[in-house]
Amino acid sequence: MIGTLDSKIPPGPLASKWANHKDHSRLVSPANRRKFEIIVVGSGLAGGSAAATLGEQGYNVKCFCYQDSPRRAHSIAAQGGINAAKNYQNDGDSVFRLFYDTIKGGDFRSREANVYRLAEVSNLIIDQCVEQGVPFAREYGGLLANRSFGGAQVSRTFYARGQTGQQLLLGAYQALCRQITAGTVKMFPQTEMLELVVVNGHAKGIITRSLITGEIQRHAGDAVVLASGGYGNVFYLSTNARGSNVTATYRAYKKGALFANPCYTQIHPTCIPVSGSYQSKLTLMSESLRNDGRVWVPKARGDKRPPEQIPEAERDYYLERKYPSFGNLSPRDIASRAAKEVCDDGRGAGESGRGVYLDFKDAIARLGEETIRERYGNLFDIYEKITAESAYQRPMRIYPAVHYTMGGLWVDYNLMSNLPGLHVIGEANFSDHGANRLGASALMQGLADGYFVLPYTLPNYLAGEVGKRPGTDAPAFEQVERDVRARVQKMLDVNGSRSVDSFHRELGLLLWDKCGMARNATGLREALARIPQIRDEFWRDVRILPQKNETYNQSLERAGRVADFLEFGELMCIDALTRDESCGGHFREEHQTPDGEALRNDEEFASVFAWEYQGNGAIEPPKLHREPLEFETVQLAQRSYK
Amino acid sequence: MNFRLRVWRQKSSDEKGRLVDYDAPDISPNTSFLEMLDIVNERLIERGEEPIAFDSDCREGICGTCSLTINGEAHGPSHPGAACQLYMRRFTDGETITVEPFRARPFHFIKDLVVNRGALDRIVQAGGFISARAGSAPEANSIPVPKHDADRAMEAAACIGCGACAAACPNGSAMLFTSAKVSHLAFLPQGHPERVTRALRMVSAMDAEGFGNCTNTYECEAVCPAEISASFIAKLNREFARASFAKKLGD
Amino acid sequence: MIVAVTGVILVLFVIGHLLGNLQIFLGPEWINSYAQHLRDLGGFLWAIRLFLLIAVLLHIYYTIWLAIENRRARGSYREREPVKASFASRHMAMSGLIILAFIFYHLAHFTVRVTDPRFALLKADPLNRYDVYSMMVYGFQNVIVSAFYVLAMFLLALHLSHGASSFFQSLGLNDKKLTPRLARIGRVVAWLIFIGYTSIPVAVLLGLVKPAQQL
Ligand SMILES: Cc1cc2nc3c(=O)[nH]c(=O)nc-3n(C[C@H](O)[C@H](O)[C@H](O)COP(=O)(O)OP(=O)(O)OC[C@H]3O[C@@H](n4cnc5c(N)ncnc54)[C@H](O)[C@@H]3O)c2cc1C
Ligand code: HEM
Ligand code: SF4
Ligand code: FES
Repeated sequence: MIGTLDSKIPPGPLASKWANHKDHSRLVSPANRRKFEIIVVGSGLAGGSAAATLGEQGYNVKCFCYQDSPRRAHSIAAQGGINAAKNYQNDGDSVFRLFYDTIKGGDFRSREANVYRLAEVSNLIIDQCVEQGVPFAREYGGLLANRSFGGAQVSRTFYARGQTGQQLLLGAYQALCRQITAGTVKMFPQTEMLELVVVNGHAKGIITRSLITGEIQRHAGDAVVLASGGYGNVFYLSTNARGSNVTATYRAYKKGALFANPCYTQIHPTCIPVSGSYQSKLTLMSESLRNDGRVWVPKARGDKRPPEQIPEAERDYYLERKYPSFGNLSPRDIASRAAKEVCDDGRGAGESGRGVYLDFKDAIARLGEETIRERYGNLFDIYEKITAESAYQRPMRIYPAVHYTMGGLWVDYNLMSNLPGLHVIGEANFSDHGANRLGASALMQGLADGYFVLPYTLPNYLAGEVGKRPGTDAPAFEQVERDVRARVQKMLDVNGSRSVDSFHRELGLLLWDKCGMARNATGLREALARIPQIRDEFWRDVRILPQKNETYNQSLERAGRVADFLEFGELMCIDALTRDESCGGHFREEHQTPDGEALRNDEEFASVFAWEYQGNGAIEPPKLHREPLEFETVQLAQRSYK
Repeated sequence: MNFRLRVWRQKSSDEKGRLVDYDAPDISPNTSFLEMLDIVNERLIERGEEPIAFDSDCREGICGTCSLTINGEAHGPSHPGAACQLYMRRFTDGETITVEPFRARPFHFIKDLVVNRGALDRIVQAGGFISARAGSAPEANSIPVPKHDADRAMEAAACIGCGACAAACPNGSAMLFTSAKVSHLAFLPQGHPERVTRALRMVSAMDAEGFGNCTNTYECEAVCPAEISASFIAKLNREFARASFAKKLGD
Repeated sequence: MIVAVTGVILVLFVIGHLLGNLQIFLGPEWINSYAQHLRDLGGFLWAIRLFLLIAVLLHIYYTIWLAIENRRARGSYREREPVKASFASRHMAMSGLIILAFIFYHLAHFTVRVTDPRFALLKADPLNRYDVYSMMVYGFQNVIVSAFYVLAMFLLALHLSHGASSFFQSLGLNDKKLTPRLARIGRVVAWLIFIGYTSIPVAVLLGLVKPAQQL
């Protein structure tokens, strides 16, 4: 049903595409804007900034989030910073360099035009945020400070202590609050989108459930904007918030929107490891620790002695051994995979055997405890708070963890999916990071989409849609609402014996094992065989208490999300299996260079994989659409860290 | 470790609630408090009993969702830190632990340990922002901000909006929360044009929600996971006095 | 704000009043002439009394109103563990109300002098002034009266140990560094006031201060 994918990339030279496009996009006049209702699902950096900006322009916006306040969206947790090509450091940064670094960081699996636009608007974001009152770090002269971040040779990252995401989100949240007061935005907290409503092939509404009362509601709009974040929680354990989910985007997928590159997930090498089977969440530790820490595991399998009792000769400093030139500073993906390997080999540290030591003993001996405290004091404190161990005395234990998902709903240059009217922004779309995201660029993308891209591209769609918003009594709404109710009821009626979380944990472990840091065809096939079984079991044996929709029911909330993960996990594995190359965060063991780096296959796979849902009810294999990636400006090259 | 929990159970605001005892045996000291509740819930579901409703999201102390009063202290005994950053090793083996929701009149009760803190959002909606239309901002470095002011603004802006201050306050006052936002914006030059209306509106919104009045017990500061200083309350009082005065002059 | 301003006025009064009263240790000459001076102010004394009365009334009116509002706003916990709030700060209304009762008694005792029939028997001092000195001494020789004074002063000190620094915060006259210092100074001042006031009945009871005339 879908022909070739049209990315709608404007013609002309890369640097003037966006300007040209804006000049020729259609507009909606101020007087007409209030006639439009825009539905925005999500209040993170992307959704919050988009809802506020569209409200400012005079549209009527309905904004939804599942938390009890829009300010709690998961963007709040981002720590490091946000990139922009301001070149305040006078170190040779430019829009082009930011663009190039991002394309290369993404292992040449993203669209040039989108990424260039992102770099172009990055500077506006900083201006906007400063004006909103975001307290970025400053130098003594009162001007903005920068720090360096991975994947770049310039210092272009703006930050607000270790809480950049929080401060940026509060900026967007405050702008949103202003529009709520002005009456242009109506906020629906604790309201979860359960379905997309498509009328005559256009996305024209959603069905929601109030998490407080269980009320199922219809909302009609002239356009729907999904800004529902990433799906990292498909792995159960990740650095994402507990409630992060794939439901909004997956439901849209089931209604015909294409899901692009679901297998692109990013694993961060330095997180605090899992300590018990009931752990619910992983916490990130800054990567900068690897500057002074040495990574090792015991040489012998099953060596459970405390680290200080393991003599020097019986330690394997495996990163230094395997990658003599880069050692402990080898790139994220390599470090992550190497840790997995030694743990798989039974040599992992700690109770669970899933961890490696990051040892500061030598650094402390060399530099003194004071210097180390100065550099990493706050990180050591966080570590101690969680593990009750002092990293000054014994080595830290770290392990990689799922952190970000580059895949998402397919969108064109206008951030509109193949389903007309459905726009997707922020981590929920696939657009800008290719197969790997550079640090400090997700915040940039979310805000770029919300403040400066969507407000220009959405009118382009709306201009042709005057007066086409259906009433909520349209048959499509009727039908979809009935489906939603039936599904909820079906879930409640199972009344089996296992908790929702137990299924989620099982799925997560499986995916982490087979579709995590390293993947291979055999493992993926095993996962593909196993997931439907877990899913069946879920629908046969899940137990939701209270067994009732019309109430605050956290079991039911989670069950809906897990049910979607149980289907989505399969899509992810299919994508990973089909992408028979390694690139960025997608590492197929079959395809690596002799020294263990990802080996791309540009001939066959320099394209976006966009999946179309097939069939109703039963899970049939989805249909693959390829969008070829054309590189006019950059030269495809093997990423090299030597 | 083994614990005995006394947990507030209440199905809805219409029904009466009470403390119910649960055993939590076999808990690893490295379990977080919320994970301990997860375990208890898991066992409740196995037994066919309704799990305890409690709220959380980030589980790393930044989103402000978790909201438990543990042994009579907002966010529990380990300050500064949110309930999600509390670990069971902080308790003694065999201890009885009482868990209640955050309570203050404007926090409307939902279920068990969950309350609605929308009142805090409405305080911000009353004026806790800078009216800066997207696209109209001047170049970011065109207005230098003294580092000291930027740092103070950041200290105030660190508030995670959890509402522990109001829940712990013997007067149910949200002054710490409100003062953090007013101070954050008042420290920055960008916040100055709306300084007067902001202070007045946010304070009257706070009163309208039914929060109590500050009598300087500093209970808020003691439980605040973001270490917001009560000196911002003094700043709010100052801002409010200044604004009231400015408004009188203006009229 | 009004609570804080009236509170400050009352604190200043309490300090001034204490300095006046402490003159008892300097002998009848001092305190009697001080009392006479006060009375000589005539209309102005009434103005001051009126001013204080208004301050007390406003203070009480607003604090009671606040206390009611605050009681309504706070959550009703089954279990509550104060982390930082001092005992004094949590019991302002209680200490305040007992002080109020004390003020009534105190006025009846030494200003209107209706509680002790002996006061009427006191002769004027050699300079023909009312012998306030002896009145105080006789007044405090009663252990129960003195005990009530000491108790009231204790509560006053408690009230002020919070109030005397708290108003800086309420008026926005402090910052992060000053606050703890002010709190400490406030407590010291409050307890100095306690020592100052209680020293009088204690001294009388111990017989260190004797009446200037026999009845
Ligand atoms: C620990 C951590 C640290 C990070 N650090 C950095 C960093 O330093 N720099 C950087 O650039 N990036 C960082 N990232 C990545 C970045 O934070 C995210 O990619 C980005 O914030 C995502 O923003 P978003 O607006 O797309 O989604 P989110 O902020 O996740 O918001 C999703 C919104 O959608 C709503 N929602 C979801 N599902 C539904 C539904 N079904 N119905 C209704 N509403 C729904 C939610 O309520 C929420 O409001 C970090 C991520 C993590 C986890
Ligand atoms: C003898 C004279 C008194 C003095 C000097 C005094 C002084 C003060 C001061 C300085 C404060 C702090 C104000 C602030 O920080 O906002 C205060 C608060 C208060 N005072 Fe008094 N006061 C006196 C008598 C009383 C009396 C008679 C009452 C009787 C009701 C009272 C009740 C209160 C209350 C209730 C508060 C507010 C604290 C709370 O609500 O818990 N005070 N007082
Ligand atoms: S001031 Fe502190 S306690 Fe109050 S809401 Fe903010 S973070 Fe929570
Ligand atoms: S769950 Fe986010 S602060 Fe506790």
